[in-house]
Amino acid sequence: METVYLDNAATMPMRKEALEAMMPFFGADYGNPASIHSMSRSPRKAVNEAREKIAKVLNAEPSEIYFTSGGTESDNWALVSGSALRPDKGKHIIISTIEHHAILETADYLVKQGYEVTKVGVDETGRIRLDELIKSIRPDTVLISVMTANNEIGTIQPIAEIGKIAREKGILFHTDAVQAFGHIPLDVKAMNIDLLSASGHKFGGPKGVGFLYVRKGIRLQPFMHGGEQENGRRAGTTNVPGVVGMGVAAEISARDMEENIARLTAMRDRCIERIESEIPYCRLNGHRTERLPGNVNFSFKFVEGESLLMSLGLKGICVSTGSACASGSLDPSHVLLGIGLPHEIAHGSIRISLSEYNTMEQVEYATDALRDAVANIRSLSPLYDDFIKGEGA
Amino acid sequence: MYDGEYSDKVIDHFTNPRNVGVIENPSGVGTVGNAKCGDIMRIFLDIDENGVIRDCKFKTFGCGAAVASSSMATEMVKGKTVQEAMALTNKAVMEALDGLPQVKIHCSLLAEEAIHAALWDYCQKNGVVIEGLRPPKADIND
Repeated sequence: METVYLDNAATMPMRKEALEAMMPFFGADYGNPASIHSMSRSPRKAVNEAREKIAKVLNAEPSEIYFTSGGTESDNWALVSGSALRPDKGKHIIISTIEHHAILETADYLVKQGYEVTKVGVDETGRIRLDELIKSIRPDTVLISVMTANNEIGTIQPIAEIGKIAREKGILFHTDAVQAFGHIPLDVKAMNIDLLSASGHKFGGPKGVGFLYVRKGIRLQPFMHGGEQENGRRAGTTNVPGVVGMGVAAEISARDMEENIARLTAMRDRCIERIESEIPYCRLNGHRTERLPGNVNFSFKFVEGESLLMSLGLKGICVSTGSACASGSLDPSHVLLGIGLPHEIAHGSIRISLSEYNTMEQVEYATDALRDAVANIRSLSPLYDDFIKGEGA
Repeated sequence: MYDGEYSDKVIDHFTNPRNVGVIENPSGVGTVGNAKCGDIMRIFLDIDENGVIRDCKFKTFGCGAAVASSSMATEMVKGKTVQEAMALTNKAVMEALDGLPQVKIHCSLLAEEAIHAALWDYCQKNGVVIEGLRPPKADIND
Protein backbone atom coordinates (compact mmCIF):
# COMPACT_ATOMS: atom_id res chain seq x y z
CA MET A 1 0.00 0.00 0.00
CA GLU A 2 1.32 3.41 -0.95
CA THR A 3 1.87 5.83 1.92
CA VAL A 4 0.20 9.19 1.40
CA TYR A 5 1.99 11.51 3.80
CA LEU A 6 -0.18 14.50 4.68
CA ASP A 7 1.32 15.41 8.05
CA ASN A 8 3.99 17.83 6.86
CA ALA A 9 3.39 20.26 9.72
CA ALA A 10 4.71 17.54 12.05
CA THR A 11 7.77 17.08 9.88
CA MET A 12 8.38 17.03 6.16
CA PRO A 13 10.69 15.05 3.90
CA MET A 14 14.22 16.39 3.68
CA ARG A 15 15.20 18.08 0.48
CA LYS A 16 17.55 15.91 -1.54
CA GLU A 17 19.98 18.80 -2.00
CA ALA A 18 20.08 19.36 1.76
CA LEU A 19 20.98 15.75 2.44
CA GLU A 20 23.67 15.79 -0.25
CA ALA A 21 25.21 18.96 1.18
CA MET A 22 25.34 17.40 4.65
CA MET A 23 27.09 14.18 3.71
CA PRO A 24 30.73 15.39 3.55
CA PHE A 25 30.45 16.68 7.12
CA PHE A 26 29.58 13.22 8.40
CA GLY A 27 32.69 11.93 6.62
CA ALA A 28 35.95 13.48 5.48
CA ASP A 29 35.04 17.00 6.65
CA TYR A 30 34.53 15.97 10.26
CA GLY A 31 36.48 18.89 11.74
CA ASN A 32 35.21 21.15 14.48
CA PRO A 33 34.60 24.65 13.14
CA ALA A 34 35.80 26.10 16.46
CA SER A 35 39.26 24.55 16.11
CA ILE A 36 42.12 26.67 14.79
CA HIS A 37 43.92 24.10 12.66
CA SER A 38 43.35 23.29 9.02
CA MET A 39 40.55 20.75 9.64
CA SER A 40 38.28 23.53 10.90
CA ARG A 41 38.42 25.49 7.68
CA SER A 42 35.91 23.64 5.54
CA PRO A 43 33.23 23.17 8.24
CA ARG A 44 33.64 26.77 9.39
CA LYS A 45 33.18 28.02 5.84
CA ALA A 46 30.11 25.81 5.39
CA VAL A 47 28.54 27.00 8.65
CA ASN A 48 29.11 30.63 7.72
CA GLU A 49 27.54 30.04 4.31
CA ALA A 50 24.51 28.49 5.95
CA ARG A 51 24.23 31.52 8.19
CA GLU A 52 24.29 33.80 5.17
CA LYS A 53 21.65 31.76 3.36
CA ILE A 54 19.27 31.84 6.30
CA ALA A 55 19.84 35.54 6.99
CA LYS A 56 19.02 36.34 3.38
CA VAL A 57 15.62 34.63 3.61
CA LEU A 58 14.69 36.88 6.55
CA ASN A 59 16.33 40.09 5.28
CA ALA A 60 18.64 39.85 8.29
CA GLU A 61 22.40 40.02 8.80
CA PRO A 62 24.31 36.73 9.13
CA SER A 63 25.58 37.87 12.54
CA GLU A 64 21.96 37.98 13.74
CA ILE A 65 21.42 34.22 13.21
CA TYR A 66 22.25 31.88 16.11
CA PHE A 67 22.10 28.14 15.57
CA THR A 68 20.28 26.01 18.14
CA SER A 69 19.03 22.45 18.52
CA GLY A 70 15.60 23.36 17.13
CA GLY A 71 12.43 25.35 17.55
CA THR A 72 11.88 24.36 21.16
CA GLU A 73 15.30 25.54 22.29
CA SER A 74 14.90 28.77 20.31
CA ASP A 75 11.52 29.43 21.94
CA ASN A 76 12.88 28.66 25.41
CA TRP A 77 15.88 30.89 24.88
CA ALA A 78 13.87 33.78 23.46
CA LEU A 79 11.35 33.74 26.28
CA VAL A 80 13.65 33.10 29.22
CA SER A 81 16.47 35.43 28.18
CA GLY A 82 14.27 37.91 26.35
CA SER A 83 12.08 38.55 29.38
CA ALA A 84 15.15 39.03 31.62
CA LEU A 85 16.57 41.89 29.54
CA ARG A 86 14.89 44.75 31.36
CA PRO A 87 14.69 43.94 35.07
CA ASP A 88 14.43 47.68 35.70
CA LYS A 89 11.28 47.85 33.59
CA GLY A 90 9.38 44.88 34.91
CA LYS A 91 8.35 41.27 34.67
CA HIS A 92 5.21 41.24 32.52
CA ILE A 93 4.98 39.12 29.37
CA ILE A 94 2.22 38.89 26.74
CA ILE A 95 1.57 35.77 24.65
CA SER A 96 -1.46 34.36 22.81
CA THR A 97 -3.67 31.51 24.03
CA ILE A 98 -2.86 29.35 21.00
CA GLU A 99 0.93 29.33 21.16
CA HIS A 100 2.90 26.11 20.80
CA HIS A 101 3.63 24.29 24.07
CA ALA A 102 7.28 25.36 23.78
CA ILE A 103 6.02 28.90 24.48
CA LEU A 104 3.08 28.08 26.78
CA GLU A 105 5.07 25.86 29.12
CA THR A 106 8.08 28.19 29.14
CA ALA A 107 5.67 30.97 30.11
CA ASP A 108 4.33 28.75 32.91
CA TYR A 109 7.90 28.24 34.06
CA LEU A 110 8.48 32.00 34.06
CA VAL A 111 5.35 32.51 36.18
CA LYS A 112 6.98 30.26 38.78
CA GLN A 113 10.05 32.52 38.58
CA GLY A 114 7.94 35.55 39.49
CA TYR A 115 6.87 36.80 36.07
CA GLU A 116 3.33 37.75 35.16
CA VAL A 117 1.94 36.41 31.90
CA THR A 118 -1.11 37.71 30.04
CA LYS A 119 -2.54 35.32 27.47
CA VAL A 120 -4.41 37.23 24.80
CA GLY A 121 -7.32 35.41 23.17
CA VAL A 122 -8.05 34.80 19.51
CA ASP A 123 -11.22 35.13 17.45
CA GLU A 124 -13.08 32.18 15.94
CA THR A 125 -10.61 32.07 13.02
CA GLY A 126 -7.62 31.96 15.33
CA ARG A 127 -6.51 35.57 14.71
CA ILE A 128 -5.23 37.31 17.83
CA ARG A 129 -7.51 40.01 19.25
CA LEU A 130 -5.33 43.04 18.60
CA ASP A 131 -7.48 45.38 20.69
CA GLU A 132 -7.09 42.99 23.61
CA LEU A 133 -3.34 42.82 23.00
CA ILE A 134 -3.03 46.59 23.04
CA LYS A 135 -5.13 46.84 26.19
CA SER A 136 -2.96 44.29 27.97
CA ILE A 137 0.24 46.30 27.46
CA ARG A 138 1.49 47.79 30.74
CA PRO A 139 4.42 49.97 31.76
CA ASP A 140 6.16 46.84 33.04
CA THR A 141 5.59 44.75 29.89
CA VAL A 142 8.98 43.52 28.69
CA LEU A 143 8.14 40.95 26.02
CA ILE A 144 5.41 40.08 23.54
CA SER A 145 5.55 36.65 21.92
CA VAL A 146 3.01 35.71 19.26
CA MET A 147 3.49 32.89 16.76
CA THR A 148 3.69 33.74 13.06
CA ALA A 149 1.40 30.90 12.02
CA ASN A 150 -0.39 28.29 14.05
CA ASN A 151 0.74 24.68 13.78
CA GLU A 152 -2.72 23.17 14.07
CA ILE A 153 -5.14 25.45 12.27
CA GLY A 154 -2.64 27.30 10.06
CA THR A 155 -3.91 30.79 10.87
CA ILE A 156 -1.36 33.48 10.08
CA GLN A 157 -1.13 36.31 12.62
CA PRO A 158 -0.81 40.01 11.78
CA ILE A 159 2.86 39.91 12.73
CA ALA A 160 3.80 43.23 11.10
CA GLU A 161 1.07 45.01 13.07
CA ILE A 162 2.12 43.42 16.34
CA GLY A 163 5.76 44.25 15.56
CA LYS A 164 4.87 47.85 14.95
CA ILE A 165 2.93 48.11 18.20
CA ALA A 166 5.73 46.50 20.19
CA ARG A 167 8.42 48.67 18.63
CA GLU A 168 6.45 51.86 19.32
CA LYS A 169 6.03 50.85 22.95
CA GLY A 170 9.66 49.80 23.31
CA ILE A 171 8.71 46.19 24.04
CA LEU A 172 10.76 43.24 22.78
CA PHE A 173 8.84 41.23 20.16
CA HIS A 174 9.44 37.51 19.63
CA THR A 175 7.66 35.34 17.09
CA ASP A 176 7.66 31.56 16.89
CA ALA A 177 7.96 31.14 13.12
CA VAL A 178 8.51 27.39 13.18
CA GLN A 179 5.54 26.73 10.87
CA ALA A 180 6.04 29.82 8.75
CA PHE A 181 9.75 30.14 7.96
CA GLY A 182 10.46 28.91 4.46
CA HIS A 183 6.74 28.71 3.68
CA ILE A 184 5.59 32.32 3.61
CA PRO A 185 7.54 35.56 3.11
CA LEU A 186 9.10 37.00 6.26
CA ASP A 187 11.09 40.20 6.64
CA VAL A 188 12.39 40.91 10.12
CA LYS A 189 13.09 44.56 9.29
CA ALA A 190 9.77 45.38 7.68
CA MET A 191 7.88 43.44 10.35
CA ASN A 192 9.81 44.91 13.30
CA ILE A 193 10.71 41.49 14.64
CA ASP A 194 13.31 41.39 17.41
CA LEU A 195 13.54 37.63 17.95
CA LEU A 196 12.38 34.81 15.67
CA SER A 197 12.47 31.04 16.19
CA ALA A 198 12.63 28.44 13.42
CA SER A 199 13.30 24.73 13.08
CA GLY A 200 15.18 23.01 10.25
CA HIS A 201 12.98 19.96 9.69
CA LYS A 202 9.83 22.00 9.15
CA PHE A 203 11.11 23.35 5.83
CA GLY A 204 12.98 20.41 4.36
CA GLY A 205 16.12 20.46 6.50
CA PRO A 206 17.19 17.88 9.06
CA LYS A 207 15.81 17.35 12.58
CA GLY A 208 17.70 18.48 15.67
CA VAL A 209 18.72 21.87 14.34
CA GLY A 210 17.12 25.29 14.29
CA PHE A 211 17.98 28.89 14.85
CA LEU A 212 17.06 32.03 16.70
CA TYR A 213 17.23 35.38 14.95
CA VAL A 214 18.34 38.06 17.41
CA ARG A 215 18.20 41.62 16.14
CA LYS A 216 21.53 43.42 16.29
CA GLY A 217 21.94 45.39 19.51
CA ILE A 218 19.82 43.07 21.66
CA ARG A 219 22.12 41.72 24.32
CA LEU A 220 20.39 38.42 24.83
CA GLN A 221 22.05 36.35 27.56
CA PRO A 222 23.02 32.77 26.66
CA PHE A 223 20.62 29.95 27.46
CA MET A 224 23.21 27.21 26.93
CA HIS A 225 26.43 27.82 28.82
CA GLY A 226 29.86 26.34 28.38
CA GLY A 227 31.62 27.56 25.26
CA GLU A 228 32.33 30.44 22.94
CA GLN A 229 30.41 29.09 19.96
CA GLU A 230 27.92 31.33 18.18
CA ASN A 231 29.73 34.46 19.23
CA GLY A 232 29.58 33.42 22.87
CA ARG A 233 25.78 33.35 22.83
CA ARG A 234 25.07 29.64 22.44
CA ALA A 235 27.54 27.10 23.78
CA GLY A 236 27.97 23.62 22.34
CA THR A 237 29.86 22.20 19.38
CA THR A 238 28.12 23.29 16.21
CA ASN A 239 25.94 20.66 14.56
CA VAL A 240 27.77 21.14 11.28
CA PRO A 241 25.86 18.68 9.06
CA GLY A 242 22.57 19.87 10.52
CA VAL A 243 23.34 23.54 10.03
CA VAL A 244 24.56 22.95 6.48
CA GLY A 245 21.43 20.97 5.58
CA MET A 246 19.20 23.60 7.12
CA GLY A 247 20.99 26.34 5.17
CA VAL A 248 20.45 24.59 1.86
CA ALA A 249 16.82 23.86 2.73
CA ALA A 250 16.27 27.54 3.56
CA GLU A 251 17.82 28.65 0.30
CA ILE A 252 15.67 26.29 -1.77
CA SER A 253 12.52 27.10 0.20
CA ALA A 254 13.03 30.79 -0.55
CA ARG A 255 13.91 30.16 -4.20
CA ASP A 256 10.76 28.06 -4.78
CA MET A 257 8.46 29.87 -2.38
CA GLU A 258 6.28 31.69 -4.85
CA GLU A 259 5.70 28.59 -6.95
CA ASN A 260 5.11 26.39 -3.88
CA ILE A 261 2.62 28.82 -2.39
CA ALA A 262 0.63 28.79 -5.62
CA ARG A 263 0.66 24.98 -5.90
CA LEU A 264 -0.07 24.29 -2.25
CA THR A 265 -2.82 26.90 -2.06
CA ALA A 266 -4.52 25.29 -5.06
CA MET A 267 -4.34 21.85 -3.45
CA ARG A 268 -5.44 23.20 -0.08
CA ASP A 269 -8.42 25.06 -1.49
CA ARG A 270 -9.46 22.10 -3.63
CA CYS A 271 -9.40 19.92 -0.52
CA ILE A 272 -11.38 22.46 1.52
CA GLU A 273 -13.91 22.97 -1.26
CA ARG A 274 -14.48 19.23 -1.70
CA ILE A 275 -14.84 18.57 2.02
CA GLU A 276 -17.31 21.42 2.42
CA SER A 277 -19.42 20.28 -0.52
CA GLU A 278 -19.22 16.51 0.05
CA ILE A 279 -19.20 16.05 3.82
CA PRO A 280 -22.16 17.47 5.75
CA TYR A 281 -21.90 18.90 9.28
CA CYS A 282 -18.27 19.94 9.04
CA ARG A 283 -16.48 23.10 10.07
CA LEU A 284 -13.29 24.57 8.65
CA ASN A 285 -11.01 25.52 11.53
CA GLY A 286 -8.75 28.52 11.11
CA HIS A 287 -8.87 31.51 8.80
CA ARG A 288 -10.01 30.92 5.24
CA THR A 289 -7.39 33.10 3.55
CA GLU A 290 -4.90 34.20 6.22
CA ARG A 291 -3.78 30.62 6.35
CA LEU A 292 -0.63 28.58 5.69
CA PRO A 293 -0.71 27.38 2.09
CA GLY A 294 -0.50 23.71 3.10
CA ASN A 295 -2.90 23.61 6.07
CA VAL A 296 -6.38 22.07 6.11
CA ASN A 297 -8.12 21.58 9.46
CA PHE A 298 -11.70 20.41 9.84
CA SER A 299 -14.04 19.30 12.59
CA PHE A 300 -16.69 16.73 11.78
CA LYS A 301 -19.71 16.53 14.04
CA PHE A 302 -20.61 13.14 15.60
CA VAL A 303 -17.13 11.82 14.74
CA GLU A 304 -14.19 11.17 17.04
CA GLY A 305 -10.81 12.10 15.61
CA GLU A 306 -8.75 9.09 16.55
CA SER A 307 -11.10 6.66 14.87
CA LEU A 308 -10.99 8.86 11.80
CA LEU A 309 -7.19 8.79 11.89
CA MET A 310 -7.27 5.01 12.20
CA SER A 311 -9.62 4.63 9.24
CA LEU A 312 -7.41 6.82 7.08
CA GLY A 313 -4.30 5.07 8.40
CA LEU A 314 -5.64 1.75 7.17
CA LYS A 315 -5.63 3.30 3.69
CA GLY A 316 -2.05 4.49 4.04
CA ILE A 317 -2.97 8.11 4.73
CA CYS A 318 -1.03 9.93 7.46
CA VAL A 319 -2.74 12.94 9.08
CA SER A 320 -3.10 14.18 12.66
CA THR A 321 -5.90 15.04 15.07
CA GLY A 322 -6.66 17.43 17.91
CA SER A 323 -8.64 14.76 19.72
CA ALA A 324 -7.66 13.93 23.27
CA CYS A 325 -8.08 10.25 22.54
CA ALA A 326 -5.05 10.37 20.28
CA SER A 327 -2.77 11.76 22.93
CA GLY A 328 -3.92 9.99 26.05
CA SER A 329 -4.73 13.28 27.77
CA LEU A 330 -8.28 14.15 28.74
CA ASP A 331 -8.61 17.47 26.97
CA PRO A 332 -8.62 18.12 23.27
CA SER A 333 -6.21 20.62 21.72
CA HIS A 334 -5.90 24.01 23.45
CA VAL A 335 -5.89 25.65 20.02
CA LEU A 336 -9.30 24.22 19.07
CA LEU A 337 -10.72 25.14 22.47
CA GLY A 338 -9.04 28.55 22.05
CA ILE A 339 -11.03 29.29 18.89
CA GLY A 340 -14.19 28.45 20.82
CA LEU A 341 -14.96 24.89 19.79
CA PRO A 342 -16.86 22.86 22.38
CA HIS A 343 -15.04 19.72 23.55
CA GLU A 344 -17.18 17.29 21.57
CA ILE A 345 -16.53 19.14 18.30
CA ALA A 346 -12.83 19.53 19.02
CA HIS A 347 -12.61 15.75 19.48
CA GLY A 348 -13.67 15.28 15.88
CA SER A 349 -10.94 17.33 14.25
CA ILE A 350 -8.23 16.42 11.82
CA ARG A 351 -5.34 18.31 10.31
CA ILE A 352 -4.12 17.65 6.80
CA SER A 353 -0.82 19.41 6.11
CA LEU A 354 0.62 19.42 2.62
CA SER A 355 4.10 19.94 1.26
CA GLU A 356 5.38 20.45 -2.25
CA TYR A 357 6.08 16.72 -2.40
CA ASN A 358 2.35 16.00 -2.42
CA THR A 359 0.29 15.82 -5.57
CA MET A 360 -3.28 16.76 -6.45
CA GLU A 361 -3.96 13.03 -7.00
CA GLN A 362 -3.00 12.35 -3.38
CA VAL A 363 -5.29 15.14 -2.21
CA GLU A 364 -8.19 13.68 -4.21
CA TYR A 365 -7.47 10.18 -2.90
CA ALA A 366 -7.32 11.38 0.70
CA THR A 367 -10.49 13.44 0.33
CA ASP A 368 -12.36 10.42 -1.08
CA ALA A 369 -11.11 8.32 1.82
CA LEU A 370 -12.04 11.01 4.32
CA ARG A 371 -15.58 11.34 2.96
CA ASP A 372 -16.09 7.56 3.17
CA ALA A 373 -14.51 7.30 6.63
CA VAL A 374 -16.67 10.09 8.07
CA ALA A 375 -19.82 8.46 6.66
CA ASN A 376 -18.78 5.09 8.02
CA ILE A 377 -17.95 6.40 11.50
CA ARG A 378 -21.20 8.35 11.62
CA SER A 379 -23.07 5.13 10.85
CA LEU A 380 -21.64 3.84 14.15
CA SER A 381 -22.34 7.00 16.11
CA PRO A 382 -25.22 7.18 18.60
CA LEU A 383 -24.89 10.97 18.50
CA TYR A 384 -25.62 10.96 14.79
CA ASP A 385 -28.69 8.74 15.39
CA ASP A 386 -29.99 11.14 18.01
CA PHE A 387 -29.34 14.09 15.75
CA ILE A 388 -31.16 12.55 12.78
CA LYS A 389 -34.09 11.61 15.03
CA GLY A 390 -34.19 15.16 16.34
CA GLU A 391 -34.19 16.51 12.80
CA GLY A 392 -37.10 14.24 11.82
CA ALA A 393 -39.15 15.17 14.88
CA MET B 1 -2.87 6.04 19.39
CA TYR B 2 0.56 5.29 18.05
CA ASP B 3 0.62 3.01 15.06
CA GLY B 4 1.31 -0.56 16.11
CA GLU B 5 -0.06 -0.20 19.62
CA TYR B 6 -3.38 -1.82 18.80
CA SER B 7 -3.58 -5.60 18.48
CA ASP B 8 -4.74 -7.16 15.21
CA LYS B 9 -7.99 -8.12 16.96
CA VAL B 10 -8.69 -4.51 17.91
CA ILE B 11 -8.04 -3.42 14.34
CA ASP B 12 -10.25 -6.22 13.03
CA HIS B 13 -13.13 -5.25 15.34
CA PHE B 14 -12.67 -1.59 14.46
CA THR B 15 -12.55 -2.23 10.71
CA ASN B 16 -15.38 -4.79 10.71
CA PRO B 17 -17.38 -4.10 13.83
CA ARG B 18 -19.91 -6.82 14.74
CA ASN B 19 -23.48 -6.08 15.78
CA VAL B 20 -23.61 -2.44 14.77
CA GLY B 21 -27.11 -1.04 14.79
CA VAL B 22 -30.21 -0.41 16.82
CA ILE B 23 -32.95 -2.73 18.08
CA GLU B 24 -36.45 -1.30 17.82
CA ASN B 25 -38.39 -1.74 21.07
CA PRO B 26 -35.44 -3.31 22.87
CA SER B 27 -35.78 -5.26 26.09
CA GLY B 28 -33.13 -2.95 27.46
CA VAL B 29 -31.01 -0.08 26.23
CA GLY B 30 -28.14 1.67 27.99
CA THR B 31 -26.03 4.70 27.08
CA VAL B 32 -22.86 5.57 28.96
CA GLY B 33 -19.94 7.96 28.64
CA ASN B 34 -20.05 11.57 27.55
CA ALA B 35 -19.22 13.50 24.42
CA LYS B 36 -17.01 15.94 26.28
CA CYS B 37 -14.55 13.18 27.01
CA GLY B 38 -14.95 11.80 23.52
CA ASP B 39 -16.69 8.47 24.23
CA ILE B 40 -20.35 7.49 24.13
CA MET B 41 -21.53 3.91 23.99
CA ARG B 42 -25.12 2.73 23.51
CA ILE B 43 -26.04 -0.94 23.77
CA PHE B 44 -29.41 -2.52 22.90
CA LEU B 45 -30.51 -5.91 24.21
CA ASP B 46 -33.25 -8.22 22.99
CA ILE B 47 -33.95 -10.68 25.82
CA ASP B 48 -36.31 -13.64 25.62
CA GLU B 49 -38.73 -14.83 28.32
CA ASN B 50 -36.07 -17.13 29.79
CA GLY B 51 -33.69 -14.25 30.36
CA VAL B 52 -31.44 -15.20 27.44
CA ILE B 53 -29.96 -12.47 25.26
CA ARG B 54 -31.26 -13.21 21.78
CA ASP B 55 -29.70 -10.21 20.12
CA CYS B 56 -27.42 -7.36 21.02
CA LYS B 57 -26.53 -4.23 18.99
CA PHE B 58 -24.41 -1.17 19.61
CA LYS B 59 -23.68 2.36 18.49
CA THR B 60 -20.49 4.03 19.65
CA PHE B 61 -18.95 7.47 19.32
CA GLY B 62 -15.32 7.15 20.22
CA CYS B 63 -11.84 6.03 19.35
CA GLY B 64 -10.78 2.77 17.76
CA ALA B 65 -10.53 1.04 21.12
CA ALA B 66 -14.04 2.15 22.09
CA VAL B 67 -15.54 0.78 18.87
CA ALA B 68 -13.60 -2.49 19.16
CA SER B 69 -14.57 -2.89 22.85
CA SER B 70 -18.27 -2.42 22.06
CA SER B 71 -18.09 -4.84 19.17
CA MET B 72 -16.36 -7.48 21.26
CA ALA B 73 -18.65 -7.00 24.26
CA THR B 74 -21.78 -7.46 22.13
CA GLU B 75 -20.33 -10.68 20.71
CA MET B 76 -19.54 -11.94 24.18
CA VAL B 77 -23.02 -11.45 25.66
CA LYS B 78 -25.04 -12.73 22.72
CA GLY B 79 -26.71 -16.03 23.60
CA LYS B 80 -25.84 -15.61 27.28
CA THR B 81 -28.26 -15.31 30.16
CA VAL B 82 -28.66 -11.93 31.79
CA GLN B 83 -26.78 -13.25 34.84
CA GLU B 84 -23.89 -14.33 32.64
CA ALA B 85 -23.92 -10.95 30.85
CA MET B 86 -23.94 -9.24 34.22
CA ALA B 87 -20.73 -11.10 35.08
CA LEU B 88 -18.89 -9.88 31.97
CA THR B 89 -15.93 -7.77 33.07
CA ASN B 90 -13.89 -5.21 31.21
CA LYS B 91 -10.90 -7.46 31.84
CA ALA B 92 -12.55 -10.25 29.88
CA VAL B 93 -13.33 -7.87 27.01
CA MET B 94 -9.74 -6.68 27.02
CA GLU B 95 -8.36 -10.19 27.04
CA ALA B 96 -10.62 -11.17 24.16
CA LEU B 97 -9.17 -8.24 22.22
CA ASP B 98 -5.60 -9.41 22.97
CA GLY B 99 -5.10 -6.41 25.20
CA LEU B 100 -5.51 -2.65 25.00
CA PRO B 101 -2.93 0.11 25.51
CA GLN B 102 -2.84 1.46 29.08
CA VAL B 103 -4.56 4.74 28.18
CA LYS B 104 -7.43 2.84 26.51
CA ILE B 105 -8.40 0.57 29.39
CA HIS B 106 -11.27 2.94 30.20
CA CYS B 107 -12.82 2.05 26.82
CA SER B 108 -13.28 -1.57 27.92
CA LEU B 109 -14.69 -0.32 31.22
CA LEU B 110 -17.20 1.73 29.25
CA ALA B 111 -18.30 -1.44 27.41
CA GLU B 112 -18.89 -3.21 30.71
CA GLU B 113 -20.85 -0.21 32.00
CA ALA B 114 -22.93 -0.03 28.81
CA ILE B 115 -23.97 -3.68 29.16
CA HIS B 116 -24.85 -3.07 32.81
CA ALA B 117 -26.85 0.04 31.91
CA ALA B 118 -28.83 -1.91 29.30
CA LEU B 119 -29.45 -4.72 31.79
CA TRP B 120 -30.61 -2.17 34.38
CA ASP B 121 -33.08 -0.76 31.87
CA TYR B 122 -34.36 -4.30 31.22
CA CYS B 123 -34.78 -4.91 34.95
CA GLN B 124 -36.64 -1.61 35.40
CA LYS B 125 -39.01 -2.38 32.53
CA ASN B 126 -39.73 -5.93 33.64
CA GLY B 127 -39.55 -5.70 37.40
CA VAL B 128 -36.68 -8.19 37.41
CA VAL B 129 -33.74 -8.17 39.79
CA ILE B 130 -30.25 -9.24 38.75
CA GLU B 131 -28.07 -9.85 41.76
CA GLY B 132 -25.26 -7.34 42.10
CA LEU B 133 -26.50 -4.98 39.38
CA ARG B 134 -26.37 -1.32 40.30
CA PRO B 135 -28.04 1.65 38.61
CA PRO B 136 -25.84 3.21 35.91
CA LYS B 137 -24.00 6.46 36.55
CA ALA B 138 -25.65 9.52 35.08
CA ASP B 139 -22.45 10.30 33.20
CA ILE B 140 -24.14 11.08 29.92
CA ASN B 141 -25.53 14.38 31.10
CA ASP B 142 -22.24 15.74 32.42
